[in-house]
Amino acid sequence: MRPNSPIKAPAPRSEQIILFRVSGQIFAVSSASVQEVRGIDSLSGAVKEVSHPSLRKVKHVVRRGENSVYVVNAAMHFGLPPAPPALVFVLRRTRTALLIDGIEKMTSMTRLQALPLAFCHEERIWYRGLTALDQAVVPVVKPDGFLTPDELFLLDASLSQEADAEAIRIAEENAQDAQDSSFTQ
Amino acid sequence: MTLIAETELQSFVLLRLGDRRFAVTANQIAELVAPSRIFRFPHNTSEVEGVILRRGRIVPVCDVAETLIGQGLKSRRFYLIAQRCYGVQTEWVALPVTGDCELINSEMTLPSDTDAPHVSGWLSHAGDVIEVLNLAALTPGPTEIAPSTAPLQPQEARP
Repeated sequence: MRPNSPIKAPAPRSEQIILFRVSGQIFAVSSASVQEVRGIDSLSGAVKEVSHPSLRKVKHVVRRGENSVYVVNAAMHFGLPPAPPALVFVLRRTRTALLIDGIEKMTSMTRLQALPLAFCHEERIWYRGLTALDQAVVPVVKPDGFLTPDELFLLDASLSQEADAEAIRIAEENAQDAQDSSFTQ
Repeated sequence: MTLIAETELQSFVLLRLGDRRFAVTANQIAELVAPSRIFRFPHNTSEVEGVILRRGRIVPVCDVAETLIGQGLKSRRFYLIAQRCYGVQTEWVALPVTGDCELINSEMTLPSDTDAPHVSGWLSHAGDVIEVLNLAALTPGPTEIAPSTAPLQPQEARP
């Protein structure tokens, strides 16, 4: 008779995450949610300014194909003291790029605890939950929690208005140029 | 006229906040633990200080002293970990307290219409009249709980 083979406990499923820093605070994001990591200097040529009085956390927009990707200052989003950002995360399946201070490390989590229900304000939109890593608790951000659909609508409207104003200005300049050239002839 | 809620004695845990004592029904109490490190992260629920790690769970710390005695606690001796109901769900919350806690048996008098929402009754004990706390009214939580968005058990991460 053969002895029973030992029963192996199933390995816990894990998720790769990136720990990143914003104003001294550590956050986590699923690495699958990050499409690109870029230095802030590499964005400077491609960005255009955008502003909306109620959305001070967004000051720039980047055109990527058909979409406008809004650059969100993570420190302002979380209400943290301002710190000079060094990196940008372009977040997959969103129209958000996130300004952060730096990457702490890449690691994996095996357990994500839902945000306790005592937290009952905007943080429920910001976070997927909390995870315990090395005896510390780290909030895991929700990639689509940085800009709500309403905020995207406001930013799109603001961008559209600025584009209309730009088109009118160019048309007026062209008309002026045409008038000037007809006078000279 | 006051009403006696139960003719039988009930168990309560008395907790101390500064010079005052308050009571919570004993069946809501999970444990009394020494203060441990509070982990803080950005959020907008002012009543929650942060979270502690306890037995693998992440437990929010709610300082209820501001509401109950009019000032926050400068020092704390223990965290009283209690079960807080959110509709049909319950979760642990950690309440900082300034002194030892005591288990007593007493009869509870029902609250009157003029009592604050966080008062679920009154006890008479050792010459003191003590408020029995309604944690659901005292600690923060969403006004409406959608069961699908608020799982009771910790979730396993899914890649």
